[in-house]
Amino acid sequence: MLGRFQVLEKETLAPGIKRMVISAPLIAEKAKVGQFVILRVDEYGERFPLTLVEWDEEKGTITVIFQEVGVSTKKLGSLKVGDKIRDIVGPLGNPSEIRYYGDVAVVGGGVGTALVYPQAKALKEAGNRVTTILGARTAELLLLERELAEISDELYISTDDGTKGFKGFTSDVLKMLLEEGRRFDYVFAVGPAPMLRAVAEVTRPYKIKTVASLNPIMVDGTGMCGACRVTVGGEVKFACVDGPEFDAHQVDFRELMNRLHAYIDKEEEALKHLEKTEGRC
Amino acid sequence: MPKLSVEERIHSFKEVALGYTEKQAIAEAKRCLQCKVPRCVEGCPVNIDIPAFIKFISEGRFEEAIKKVREKNSLPAICGRVCPQETQCMGRCVRGIKGTPINIGALERFVADWERRTGRIKTEVAPPTGRKVAVVGSGPAGLTAAAELAKLGHDVTIFEALHKPGGVLMYGIPEFRMPKDIVIDEINYVKSLGVKIETDIIIGKVITLNELFEMGFDAVFIGTGAGLPRFLGIPGENLCGIYSANEFLIRINLMKAYRFPEYDTPVKVGKRVAVIGGGNVAMDAARSALRLGGDVTVIYRRTELEMPARREEIENAKEEGVKFLFLATPVRFIGDDKGWVRAVECVRMRLGEPDETGRRRPIPIEGSEFKVEADTVVVAIGQRPNPIAVRGEKSIKLTSHGTIVVNPETYETTRRGVFAGGDIVTGNATVISAMGAAKKAAKAIHEYLMGGGDN
Repeated sequence: MLGRFQVLEKETLAPGIKRMVISAPLIAEKAKVGQFVILRVDEYGERFPLTLVEWDEEKGTITVIFQEVGVSTKKLGSLKVGDKIRDIVGPLGNPSEIRYYGDVAVVGGGVGTALVYPQAKALKEAGNRVTTILGARTAELLLLERELAEISDELYISTDDGTKGFKGFTSDVLKMLLEEGRRFDYVFAVGPAPMLRAVAEVTRPYKIKTVASLNPIMVDGTGMCGACRVTVGGEVKFACVDGPEFDAHQVDFRELMNRLHAYIDKEEEALKHLEKTEGRC
Repeated sequence: MPKLSVEERIHSFKEVALGYTEKQAIAEAKRCLQCKVPRCVEGCPVNIDIPAFIKFISEGRFEEAIKKVREKNSLPAICGRVCPQETQCMGRCVRGIKGTPINIGALERFVADWERRTGRIKTEVAPPTGRKVAVVGSGPAGLTAAAELAKLGHDVTIFEALHKPGGVLMYGIPEFRMPKDIVIDEINYVKSLGVKIETDIIIGKVITLNELFEMGFDAVFIGTGAGLPRFLGIPGENLCGIYSANEFLIRINLMKAYRFPEYDTPVKVGKRVAVIGGGNVAMDAARSALRLGGDVTVIYRRTELEMPARREEIENAKEEGVKFLFLATPVRFIGDDKGWVRAVECVRMRLGEPDETGRRRPIPIEGSEFKVEADTVVVAIGQRPNPIAVRGEKSIKLTSHGTIVVNPETYETTRRGVFAGGDIVTGNATVISAMGAAKKAAKAIHEYLMGGGDN
């Protein structure tokens, strides 16, 4: 009775970054901007979260975009059209607060450049003036640039190596705009934790409401384990059920970054094991 | 009951208790006095006819014995292993007054395992009633309610949020105490009664209660358990290396981190592990950490006498080399510059007057702070109920503790046609008490469906 997670489309957006359209009618029916799913690729797999980028209730599909960094994303990326993903559960987390704020900036870094897309689109549809700031390490890693250009009132690009747009970070661009006298009523950021922290520090002196979508390690994703706990305004929150979006000025990013690094050595070990066993099956 | 040697135990997740041989089971069964007024049955939350099944064992009639058990209990291989028999059936055994009580749990386990080995005995299922029941959660309560309702001829679907059914039996209780093959077998038995199980479905998120009724379900049973973690709420608790017992055990049991990197999910067990708490979950966490190479100390705020864990589990933990630090409680966690836990600062406790649980209340001794080195910490101080299924459902009343309010007779919630039982109603308790509640709820649901009510 329930749709079972078949890969319907697969596309490489940039080196190591893939887009997948997956059959998941129940999730597509309920999904809202800002929510995520937990996936488990195969019987040996981890449970890991991915933000929903698009969904189509009529077709019963969801779209995810991910960077192949660890074992789980590599396994997911190796699936072919027609293959099935073992488990997907969602939509999880709270939807974003999409409403009319006025002049808004959405900031996306790394694979987050894809994840700002649903935000920018929804904020635009809610009548906001949308300024999008995208950043990546290098030009070829920029995602959904054309799609975002279409829906944004203004689009800025930064690359760490200067291969496209402004040379530097997204937070530098935001800072520059603010120093030039631009004022935003709302800033939304998604990307690597250091970027989120930098964005929060840039908007803090201007007292601009700034929301960051956090990406801590999760296991069950339903509030059972507490792996994703973050400190927000001195209180412990679970990103999976209380978030994943929080007031960026209140988040303890240092703690978040420490916790994101907790399994680095194990991740390397797992990758080595994957390389060793890949040829076998 | 025979047990695996300590040497074998500490290096593997193999089941510790080995179970009786046929000979041992018959010998133990023959010790039963076959009391006219059996006190053991009163002690059983599901009222198994204990003297009757034991008599069958004593005569070597194992098939009749398991049938007798299954009349009242759908999950005997599980109950035989994890029920606190010493405070229930076995605790009331007349032979225990002057000597050793009959090991009823071991006998229950024996017949259940005998059935597993020799092939499942088919259970009679009533003809279809045409009524549909949704069961939310596939732990002990959900499986029991589903099995009972299916036997009565109802069309039952279980919805499970995780990727595998079994609830706490799967994610919480470790392999060495509750082998997962056995849980799977018991789940297959429930399926053999016609019960369907849908995993990866979070009721309340993916499908709402209203939608369940729209989908044609006539009644709903909520058995979502107490799956939310409790933390101490002290400084440093978010340092790396500090786990909730839930996270630690989910990684190990559900995700099989003890077989990393064959399985992708890792768990980090350092050299020195501190487990905070004194219940069965704390014992499970401590014994798991020990098997993964840690030097483990359990820190408990009262004394051994007040520990809520089963005696048997405390003994197993001690035999395996788990250390205990009594009359102490953490006040903060101390980390290094990379955000990893390095030590637990504790305060010594003394026992005061008995509290509402009847146990003497622990009182901190001022100025007695001391440090326990630890690079891994597991916080096992209890679980909270998980009312995610009814979050935002105004028709269903919750208590201030987050448990669901039910009619104590019928287990019906404040919404007609929606029933609940197990830890979601009582707060965290035992597998068997959840099963006992689920059985009673199933009976009430049956009456509700068959036209006792205004439906």
